[in-house]
Amino acid sequence: MIVETTRTGEPGASPATDPATGTPPARVRGTGSAREGAEHWWHERLSSVAVLMLFVWLIVSLLRLPVLDHRGVTEWLRDPLAAVPMLLLILATFWHLKMGLQVIVEDYVHDEGNRFLTILLLNFAAVGAAAFALFAVVKIAFAAAGIAR
Amino acid sequence: MSRNPNRPLSPHLGVYKWGPHMLVSILHRVTGAGLATVGAAALVWWLVAAASGEEAYEGFAGWATSWLGIAIAVGLSWAFFQHLLSGLRHLVMDIGAGFEIRGNKFWATMTLAGSILLTAALWLYIVMVRGA
Repeated sequence: MIVETTRTGEPGASPATDPATGTPPARVRGTGSAREGAEHWWHERLSSVAVLMLFVWLIVSLLRLPVLDHRGVTEWLRDPLAAVPMLLLILATFWHLKMGLQVIVEDYVHDEGNRFLTILLLNFAAVGAAAFALFAVVKIAFAAAGIAR
Repeated sequence: MSRNPNRPLSPHLGVYKWGPHMLVSILHRVTGAGLATVGAAALVWWLVAAASGEEAYEGFAGWATSWLGIAIAVGLSWAFFQHLLSGLRHLVMDIGAGFEIRGNKFWATMTLAGSILLTAALWLYIVMVRGA
């Protein structure tokens, strides 16, 4: 990186570089681009297509089930062809909703401290809820083999 | 945050004329937030109840088939279809297409009509065919 070190502006002007490190202040304070915006944007689109396909599968599957009582649903989820898409659905859905809610928080929570805390709690809540849902599906699916009964 | 009062502010939402494209854009966020909170909670409750046994599942089913539960389910299904259709519209706009004002407004209106149509079709199917 080329750093401008020779600037001597009039008194009171903010220096282009930190005199001690030779680094622009914006870079020291971390106020520049994180260079991860495109990745977040792309993951939002990628997960949206996954969520779309998996929810079409879920809705069609549930409408085709003869009964939606406890027995009907758990027997259906014991089939790997139902349990695996359901696990993928949970992963894709909570990944997608975490990113979507985070963008809303970034837009409307202006105070830096509150924003950091809200995003922290949002990430914990999304991962925690996804973990419970994943565990529930795994428990139902493995009960078929007599492992978790 | 400090602001120089001599500098003009950019006009806020209130000054714009409402149109279908503006409504759909806001609805995408509103429905997304609703699905991400109420919808996700319902999904986790359903799965955990199913894994916990018959009694817990009856508890969930009792709520889900109450009038309040059905009202929430209808609302969630509409939110799902609206978010799905406006999401597809966003994917088209992401490739740089559909920005001409007439086409943009037309497809925004179509997502609104489509979500109501799909919601009605889903619940008609549930009531008429499944008899639930």
